[in-house]
Amino acid sequence: MHRAEEDNTPPTPDQSPELTPIDPALLRGLTERRHTRRSFLRGAGAGGGALAMGALLSACGIQGTEAAKGGPAFDWTAWWSRQKKHGVLNFANWPLYIDTDHGKHPSLEQFTAKTGIKVNYYEVIQDNAPFYAQISPTLRAGQSIGYDIIVMTNNDWTTIELFRINNWATPLEHGLIPNFFINATPLARNQSVDPGNEFTIPWQSGFTGIAYDPTKIGREIKSVHDLWDPAFKGHVGMMSDNTELGSLGLLALGIDPATSTEADWKKAATLLQKQRDQGLVRQYYDQSYIKALESGDVWITQAWSGDIFQANNSGYPHLKFIVPDEGMMVWTDVMMVPRHAQNPVDALMWMNFYYQPKIGAMVADWVNYVTPVGNTQAILKKSDPTVGNSPLVFPTKAMAAQAKQYYAYQNYDEFNTWNNIFNPIIQS
Amino acid sequence: MTWRQRLVPYMLGLPSAFWLTVFFAIPMVSVLSVSLMTGNPETGFNLTWHFGTFWNALTTYKTQFVRSFEYGAISTLAAVAIGYPMAYFIAFRGGRHKSTLLFIILLPFLVSYVIRMLSWNFLLADQGAILGTLKNIGILPQSARVLSTPFAVVTGLTYDAIPYMVLPIFVALEKIDPRVIRAANDLYANPRVAFTRIVLPLSSAGIFAGFLLVFVTNVGDYVAATILGGPGTTMIGNVIETSYLQDLNYPVAAALSSILMIVLLLVIFLYARTFGTDAVQEAVV
Amino acid sequence: MSRPLAPVPEFLEPPEPGSDAQARPRKVKRVRKRHGPSHYILPAWTGLVILWTIVPILVMVVYSFNKAPNQRETFHWYGFTTYWYQHVFQIPDLTQALVNSLLVASASTTIATLIGVPMAMALARHRFLGRSAVDATVFVDIAAPSVVVGASLLALFLTLNVNRGLITIIIAHVAFNVAFVIIVVRARIVGLDRSIERAAADLGAGPWTTFQKVLFPLILPGILAGAMLCFAMSIDDFIITEFVAGQTLTFPLWVYGSVKVGIPPQVFVMGTMIFVFGIALALVNTYVARRTAKAEAASMRIAAAAAAAEA
Repeated sequence: MHRAEEDNTPPTPDQSPELTPIDPALLRGLTERRHTRRSFLRGAGAGGGALAMGALLSACGIQGTEAAKGGPAFDWTAWWSRQKKHGVLNFANWPLYIDTDHGKHPSLEQFTAKTGIKVNYYEVIQDNAPFYAQISPTLRAGQSIGYDIIVMTNNDWTTIELFRINNWATPLEHGLIPNFFINATPLARNQSVDPGNEFTIPWQSGFTGIAYDPTKIGREIKSVHDLWDPAFKGHVGMMSDNTELGSLGLLALGIDPATSTEADWKKAATLLQKQRDQGLVRQYYDQSYIKALESGDVWITQAWSGDIFQANNSGYPHLKFIVPDEGMMVWTDVMMVPRHAQNPVDALMWMNFYYQPKIGAMVADWVNYVTPVGNTQAILKKSDPTVGNSPLVFPTKAMAAQAKQYYAYQNYDEFNTWNNIFNPIIQS
Repeated sequence: MTWRQRLVPYMLGLPSAFWLTVFFAIPMVSVLSVSLMTGNPETGFNLTWHFGTFWNALTTYKTQFVRSFEYGAISTLAAVAIGYPMAYFIAFRGGRHKSTLLFIILLPFLVSYVIRMLSWNFLLADQGAILGTLKNIGILPQSARVLSTPFAVVTGLTYDAIPYMVLPIFVALEKIDPRVIRAANDLYANPRVAFTRIVLPLSSAGIFAGFLLVFVTNVGDYVAATILGGPGTTMIGNVIETSYLQDLNYPVAAALSSILMIVLLLVIFLYARTFGTDAVQEAVV
Repeated sequence: MSRPLAPVPEFLEPPEPGSDAQARPRKVKRVRKRHGPSHYILPAWTGLVILWTIVPILVMVVYSFNKAPNQRETFHWYGFTTYWYQHVFQIPDLTQALVNSLLVASASTTIATLIGVPMAMALARHRFLGRSAVDATVFVDIAAPSVVVGASLLALFLTLNVNRGLITIIIAHVAFNVAFVIIVVRARIVGLDRSIERAAADLGAGPWTTFQKVLFPLILPGILAGAMLCFAMSIDDFIITEFVAGQTLTFPLWVYGSVKVGIPPQVFVMGTMIFVFGIALALVNTYVARRTAKAEAASMRIAAAAAAAEA
């Protein structure tokens, strides 16, 4: 990872590692929330409460978000052919999720140089649900939210609501984004939530696998069933995000979460409850599992790939991330063009620009999660081998084959059912 | 009185009354009404006066409710047990050092609650400063741990409660005229009787104020459980948050909030009753 | 010592040894009593508890000087450095969060004081309709758990379609701060000696002049105490802020978020800075109060001496 040197040099102690200015990747890890829906643990409070926007007129009721159904089918091809490039792009994204160098974003600057489109980049998305809370009233009212591209996690309930149920995303004109179809990795093309990429194009992905401390665990870990090993009693970490937890339970039963049924969920819950009853689980963590793993309180845990990559590069090289035999979960943050966006063509031009290997590499080098842009690994192996050779950023074919997708809820009732099945394990 | 003079208190109180009504009273009431609605976030919620939600919420989460009141009670009692002797010492034996001692007690207010809990999380790691040392000496077995246990959560809650408990008790104790105690001594009361019969009842308003601040805060807290707790320490505050923000189950979330609020108010008034209603007034003023 | 035969006026009684009534610097010889070991239980207990209370603060202060080569606080002591103090504002999000916290605390304290003091006066001095309702509301405001207050305010903002941000945080903070201002100032007003105000009235001062020149200076310490309490509570508030902050971050929220991956040393540095600032404020306050008390005592002695000389 190449970082610009700061002007004032930090003190160099005799035998301890050198102090450096704040590592941006660390900053991202510190401030960025991964795709958890349980946003309450970080100051985002507003949550999906916004899904119930509407006037509470003298305690009469809370309006639902169901958009009006019906109406004639809209001819999107014709609509797209009428749109023109405007020269301006309003891009909303998560904090520290794009290459940054002293406050500027080289990839965006190259984009402006090449196309003449000025980019206004807004790091306003702290988590899916609160962001959705903010924009859904405007979308509901049929107005522009002021952003042409927004990035949300594709299996999150609010994202599904936005583009699938309420139809608040503009269908993408594939003719304007040929680079995606040329360069996207197989993982990027194969998203069960939006097959055919009608509304969404991946921005970055990440894996949820298992991480462990080999110094505490005497043997090699290969399977999710190791999380149920009584030898690790009291030192097993599990995630408090019930999507992650439930999906792991399904994996342990050999079931692909994307095609699971309610009966499967119940079986998974029983298995997870057994793990808890046996006293194996130390705690159900949000992202703080990484600290517990580092401090030695937890020996083996569910983990996100990016966290382990960062831990390895900041003093904990011994921690290992593995892809279990049963498979690992992959989540993807996707770009979407909201309805009534003012500069849709400019948005698609950026998406097309991003899917060039050298641009994708620029971003991947900084962000360190799994890039959906293919053919970037060769570039990074030369310019930044730590990243280029890392399987956490460039999963091997074997790893990619093991990647499984989350279950995509069809409607709120399914979401509720999932919650009611898995919450008691975490909450009681 | 002229009408102008009669109007004075209303004008004085208007801005506050407005703020309290709009930004406190109305929200609290609307929570009650939400708890009587049914529906889901997609199709909307409607006020159907469905009281069943209360029963549902109560039965589903009764473990967490009971646990929260348990933790709240234990931490409050512990805070009283720990804080009262301190307040007594400062009030009666503090002398010149009274304000210094008080100041030291209040020092934690200058440091963020989150940072303090964080420091404890830091200190109590399995191989951290405290446990690691004790384990090396051999006092504790290697498998001992403090974090992720109910003990850690309750200790965290008690820790935060100490200043809130010491201060009101101190204020109440200081108001006691020492000559009253001396009079009791002159009348052949030994120190223990003087304490239980004179000092303790006179300081009851202080204990009540401390109880008010500590018990309520601790029962509804979720930060301690999140940072220091583990499976089996989930408190009702955690559940309310989850229902509200993740499950989007507003009626249940509102019902839980309302139940919590009502039970707490009940407890407070029961307590006040046993000590006389002027204890409430005194504590408030 | 013989008992006086007649009741002695209070101001002539010798001050209790050890009480703060000693404004005079005269040294009183005290007979040392022999104390058994049980005498030391209370001080020992107090000392222990104080130690327990300040351990986390010590941890914060000490580790703000830790070398922390991974830019994350770790338990290992790598050596002493003031590097983090020189680079305390290196993380823009964190600095912004701190600025937000200070902004919110200042704004909400000011507003709460401005609207709370008049209400305190109204409650303490006047009878009006709805007085007990206000009493009850203030009581419930203090008694309500933060989770309930925060969640209900969020519901209000959602239904009114108000964007959550700094404004909503300030609104929420005023809502709970004002109750504390009302209570503290009201207690102060109730404890005042009304004869001074009556004297002012006798001397022809109208109600506004009385307020300005007599009442206000007398309750000023109470107002300041209430304001300081509000400021401290506002800076530290977590639960209510979390519900109503939307995407905005205040200092406690940022710190809470960073707990997961590891806190940067700047957090401890900022915490220490706030802590030291608070102590400095308190010391200044004590110093000023003592100087004022000394000045008052000195002027009273001069006046008494002058009166005695004239007599």
